[in-house]
Amino acid sequence: MTQIPSSRHSAFQVVTGLFSVPKAMRIGVGPTIAAVILVAIVLAAVLAPYYVPYNPLEMNAMARLKPPSDDFLLGTDPYGRDIFSRVVTGGRVSLLIGVGAAVVSVAVGLLIGLVAGYFRLADSIIMRIMDSLMAIPAILLAIALVALNGPSVTSVIIAITVPEVPRVVRLVRSVVLTAREEPYVEAAIALGSSMPKVLLQHLMPNTFAPLIVQGTYICASAILIEAILSFLGAGVSTEIPTWGNIMAEGRSYFQIKPGLIFWPGLMLSLCILAINLLGDTARDILDPRMKKREV
Amino acid sequence: MEFKSKDFTDAKRVLKIRGLTVGLAGRPKADPVLRGIDLDIRAGETHCLVGESGSGKSVTSLTAMGLLPKDALEIQGGSIDLEGIEITQAKPAQMRALRARRIAMIFQEPMTALNPVLRVGEQIEEVLNMHSDLSRAEAKARTIDMMEQVHLPDVERIYAAFPHQLSGGQRQRIMIAMALILDPDLLIADEPTTALDVTTQLQILKLISEMQERHGTAVLFITHDMGVVAEIADTVSVMQKGRIVESAPIRQLLTAPKEDYTRKLLQAVPNLDPRAPRAPAEARDVITVDGLEMTYGGGGFFRASQGVRAAQDVNFTIQPGRTLGIVGESGSGKSTVARAIMRLIDPTAGKVTVAGTEIAQLSRRQLQPHRKHFQIVFQDPYRSLNPRWTVARSLCEGPINFGTSRADAMEHAAELMELVDLPRDALDRYPHQFSGGQRQRIAIARAVAMKPDLLVADEAVSALDVSVQAQVLDLLDDVQEKFGIAMLFITHDLRVAAQICDEVLVMQKGVVVEHGLAGEVLAAPRHDYTRNLIEAAPGRHWDFANFRALDRTPPVTGATL
Repeated sequence: MTQIPSSRHSAFQVVTGLFSVPKAMRIGVGPTIAAVILVAIVLAAVLAPYYVPYNPLEMNAMARLKPPSDDFLLGTDPYGRDIFSRVVTGGRVSLLIGVGAAVVSVAVGLLIGLVAGYFRLADSIIMRIMDSLMAIPAILLAIALVALNGPSVTSVIIAITVPEVPRVVRLVRSVVLTAREEPYVEAAIALGSSMPKVLLQHLMPNTFAPLIVQGTYICASAILIEAILSFLGAGVSTEIPTWGNIMAEGRSYFQIKPGLIFWPGLMLSLCILAINLLGDTARDILDPRMKKREV
Repeated sequence: MEFKSKDFTDAKRVLKIRGLTVGLAGRPKADPVLRGIDLDIRAGETHCLVGESGSGKSVTSLTAMGLLPKDALEIQGGSIDLEGIEITQAKPAQMRALRARRIAMIFQEPMTALNPVLRVGEQIEEVLNMHSDLSRAEAKARTIDMMEQVHLPDVERIYAAFPHQLSGGQRQRIMIAMALILDPDLLIADEPTTALDVTTQLQILKLISEMQERHGTAVLFITHDMGVVAEIADTVSVMQKGRIVESAPIRQLLTAPKEDYTRKLLQAVPNLDPRAPRAPAEARDVITVDGLEMTYGGGGFFRASQGVRAAQDVNFTIQPGRTLGIVGESGSGKSTVARAIMRLIDPTAGKVTVAGTEIAQLSRRQLQPHRKHFQIVFQDPYRSLNPRWTVARSLCEGPINFGTSRADAMEHAAELMELVDLPRDALDRYPHQFSGGQRQRIAIARAVAMKPDLLVADEAVSALDVSVQAQVLDLLDDVQEKFGIAMLFITHDLRVAAQICDEVLVMQKGVVVEHGLAGEVLAAPRHDYTRNLIEAAPGRHWDFANFRALDRTPPVTGATL
């Protein structure tokens, strides 16, 4: 019987082993802080209905534009609504749209990308469509889509997803094109594996790592695009508080009440920064080439 | 055969390594990578460092160049004395001055060692600009002179060429010119011919020894190929697991090796003496290839282009239990033939009949039920198994595709593991937990699981160390005998072909130039190309396994070096 060594002692492997494993496990100070911030924001938003002191939609003519006080933690807006309650509640919709857009674009992009990567004929057609989609500015396309579908959470998710899908498709396609040249894929074909089996069992798992990374970036950019759309008045309807809506409303009172824009803006920036930082960390861990550069 | 036999005892000692120990940086307790290396090289001497992968050959050369990867490996003891300069203590600035002037290096893959966006002439000149104060014109004249010395044709044109416009051999000549232009005392050559075809390899080996004679350079030559060692070495050191196990003049090492490891290593080297062909079976042919043709590209939409004719008019048959070898250099079309027969690519024309069915013209879907009759083993054992799958899953994939139940397939997989001499309980492990040779065994088991009539081995042992190579060849032989499989063996290595093939087919530029029994083709080649190939095979007159010259040397004369 041939012996199987548990670990081989070639110099190169020992060296890479030494550096890669612990690096993947301790993720560093920055990403840890980012994770804490993100978890805090998500919890604050999700649990908002259970702890906010005021109904975020309830107007109060007696308490317009109040400064921060014991009653109103961050003061009130021109309609007398509690800014704190509105900002944390607004995070719910913003995050929902961010995560929703990321999941939908990754899922749709994965499906189309697999087909484009595997079938030559489909590839040339699909990629031309994707190229034309990428030629249209994302924001304009999103505004047009919302205008067509009417302002709702679903239509905003769709409007953000459509411009993102081509990027995911390109990514998946390129991974599939590289992986299908691997001998183990050719061996699977020689073993008589059917096309769906080769595609789903051999090729698709190669796309997961880059997709996780891409997903986090899409999530961050979706939250930002949602805010931009709301700010332009092309987002979800104005009764629903989102970070973008709150800032859009606060625009006219910005000079006497900067908090109207500052607090939702701060939440938005922190949230996106945290997600992007975690995305970078995921990439460093999942993509061995980036890891090497660090060593 | 003639060995080099010059005596170097009076020559000046260029490099003296004593007790060199290299270990993992920051981990003094871990096993060292080099354990006390002693090495001497004298002016004009070629010292070969041989050993299997992971033995520490390259680490030794990198240490001598002062190029150990920082933060990963560090010198833990010993000394490296390059004509009075202690390299282990040298500062980075000192080392930079030493490199190129006193000590130079050439690498295995000249394409990656050259800068792809600079003209090669400028790259050679840059060495002069950095290390000397010649004027531009003088530097250029010196560069052109050096390029002529390494026998590059049409020097003015090549001076202005980019690396991708040159052949592999020309690129390696550029590397040699770059390494030798400042006339260093020591040249370190790390597997410089491994990526080259055998005829190009011969030219490069000749060039290195010519340059060595002209400049009196000491050469430290790192290789895994015993044939190359036999051709060029004055003295040899055999390395194993970070130690030098034996160091001796070439003749002494090849005729009377002292250490067991050296013996084992030499005995694993296949010799060029072809095997006796097995009696042709009475059974009908497993595979008949008739007029197979493969053209890549061509027939453009606006402008009809010729396309690349990778294989033309290939005809052969193989009977059960026999092996046909296809040999040739890179670009000869041998792999194209293998892939066309496996229908991994669709042949442009011709017939391929396997187990009674014509498969060349079937659609992918029609082909599916016939796939089990022919299987393939690839060259690279690190890429031919899905890294995310356990061995069991890989072994069961094929049988399950053809309707075997999972339980039966698992049982069969366990039997296969024993057949290829691996423990049953290794079924649950992943490919990265195995060595290259073990993975190749698994790949063979996966192919055999289909009970094929034909096994295509596409350079299946080329990526393996010679002792592992011998084991895998034995395994293929066993499998063939046990199941009466016909085998198509693609290789660039004539030694391997001589050991395993009954018949040999020689290809050049997509055309079959010679086809016959292995004994006849290798002993009495009729075509010039075959003759060139055999002449270029390094160490072809020596029977390494028996420590003596081959009785029956191929009648072609003069492997001149």
